[in-house]
Amino acid sequence: MNETALLIAAMLASGTPLAIAGLGLLINEKAGVLNLGAEGMLLVGAVSGFAAAFHSGSTVAALATGAAGAALVAVVFGWLVIWINANQYATGLAVSLFGGGLSAFVGVRYVGQKLGAPVNHSIPVLGDIPFIGPALFQHHPMVYATLLAVIAAAWFFDRTRAGLVLRAVGESPESAHALGYKVRWLRLAAVACGGALCGVAGAYLSTVYTPLWVEGMVAGRGWIALALTVFATWRPLRILAGAYLFGGVTMLQLHLQGLGVQVPSQFLSMLPYLATVVVLVLISRNPLWLRANMPASLGKPFHPGS
Amino acid sequence: MLRLEARPAPSRVFAWASPVVSLAITIVVATILFLALGKDPVQSLSVFLLEPFNGLRSLTELGLKATPLILCSLGLALCFRSNVWNIGAEGQFLLGGIAAGGLALWVTEQELAMQPWAFVPLAVAAGAAGGAAWAAVVALLRDRFNANEILVSLMLVYVANLLLSWLVFGPWKDPQGFNFPQSVTFADGAAMPRILTGMRLHWGFVLALLAAAGMWLFMARIYLGWQMQVGGLAPAAARYAGFSTRRALWTALLTSGALAGVAGAFEVTGPMGQLTPYVSNNYGFTAIIVAFVGRLHPLGCVAGSLLLSTFLIGGELAQSRVGLPAALSGVFQGVLLFSLLACDTLIHYRVRWAAAPRAVGVSA
Repeated sequence: MNETALLIAAMLASGTPLAIAGLGLLINEKAGVLNLGAEGMLLVGAVSGFAAAFHSGSTVAALATGAAGAALVAVVFGWLVIWINANQYATGLAVSLFGGGLSAFVGVRYVGQKLGAPVNHSIPVLGDIPFIGPALFQHHPMVYATLLAVIAAAWFFDRTRAGLVLRAVGESPESAHALGYKVRWLRLAAVACGGALCGVAGAYLSTVYTPLWVEGMVAGRGWIALALTVFATWRPLRILAGAYLFGGVTMLQLHLQGLGVQVPSQFLSMLPYLATVVVLVLISRNPLWLRANMPASLGKPFHPGS
Repeated sequence: MLRLEARPAPSRVFAWASPVVSLAITIVVATILFLALGKDPVQSLSVFLLEPFNGLRSLTELGLKATPLILCSLGLALCFRSNVWNIGAEGQFLLGGIAAGGLALWVTEQELAMQPWAFVPLAVAAGAAGGAAWAAVVALLRDRFNANEILVSLMLVYVANLLLSWLVFGPWKDPQGFNFPQSVTFADGAAMPRILTGMRLHWGFVLALLAAAGMWLFMARIYLGWQMQVGGLAPAAARYAGFSTRRALWTALLTSGALAGVAGAFEVTGPMGQLTPYVSNNYGFTAIIVAFVGRLHPLGCVAGSLLLSTFLIGGELAQSRVGLPAALSGVFQGVLLFSLLACDTLIHYRVRWAAAPRAVGVSA
């Protein structure tokens, strides 16, 4: 009973960074920009967030710094692909490689450093309910904020004019341009926003989820978050479902190790990556599922007046 | 205001100038970074860029590091030209290393007295098979289920790393190795023969150069190679001409997987001489940068590999000589690729000053 509660809690906690990053990438892709630099942006967010937390002791400052750091990298990416028409795939890869190098370089002095003791985030009355309390109501505020953010994004895309414009920019930039919308600036805004969210996800990883900095600690979560947008077929609420599913797989692996299952730990650690592949295969085999919601101009450059 | 204007035809000048300009930008960024870190920029730069060329031993080390980069980047160049985005060369490299490592362990265990001319082809075959098998998974899932090759090939890198880790922590661990995660040292018969006595450079370097020549031949002179490149540049035209995209996909992935696998085999049976969890020095990812710096051209890949291995060795030297973190080399690689991609715009566009109502800031 209590075990299950802890498993649910762990699943929500480990799914949260995936959900934040996945949401950021979704916003990117809704505007028609594919950013393969997610892994790099998460790493930049993680290291800058850790540095901020280490020097200021504040998690809020960490999340904000992480967001700012990654957004900065994202803006460089956005400028290159939106104005300079650089290849989106190659530039995204450059962000991932650069983010890996930069974070390792900046992070050298933080290796082995510890942050302050973790804070108890239990919600007063709700947190004391047996089973439900430990499972749902003893989380870091980011876990709830993520839920709200995803719901807000779903509402934004489906129910607001601004959301409609952003989707138009991703579906048919020519039409949006003809209607007088500044396609390139809107795309840059979406890219910056996506970068900021990836940065928050990274900072959450390095300051809340596992409060320490290790080189390459993001361990492929940026790529998994990219896969999540496909898994979610570009629908915000499904990002959440997918993120918790992957969080669950990650936790299941640790749980099985804890139970002493006689499988080498390396094979259990493969589970999230293999699960990503399996999920990609299951979703992608039906082209209709993909095409229904995929932004029609995803990854295609747009230059007005040419 | 700066405006980009499409050129009627791609500029050959900028195709060549772009890597040079981006290298210059990287050096400027490096100088600023060195100054910010309070190091003498002239001394640091000379350690980074000149020291790796100082003397025969340094040159052979350069060739040693360039070997896996050449092999991996050749395959990636073919993939990228065919619009197949294999970015999992790192995983294919590891699988090649595992396969050749397994072969070397078997040779060691059986105490076979093998001649190099017998072992080298076997190691190449094992490495190629391992790498190609790993890439075949990507090709199969793309071909049969339309699964995105970028994500699948990348996920398989993590799986390959864990597989290697399991082997060296588990079944292949040296029983007399004081519990270190490493295999036994391979027998002399299971090693890449060296070119010069006392130097680590092995004949794999020469084979890598031959592979580059072969790839050039394939791209420039073989019908299939040409078809694949048409498919990458103009998919609609290729479809209309009846060129098979499936064949292009499989050929690109199997070839690049095999080449990366051979690179892994050389690394394991060459300088390492045993299996450890750290078989790759991120070669598979660095090779992506090499491929772009080398203009996705086989001979360019050779030049790009030499440049990037200079960075790798320079990074190590900078750590020991000037006390700079080795991670700096990764930053420079990223800056190089960034500025290269930005400069590449000038191949297809020219920059024009256009009269604007009010020129505020830089918005090209």
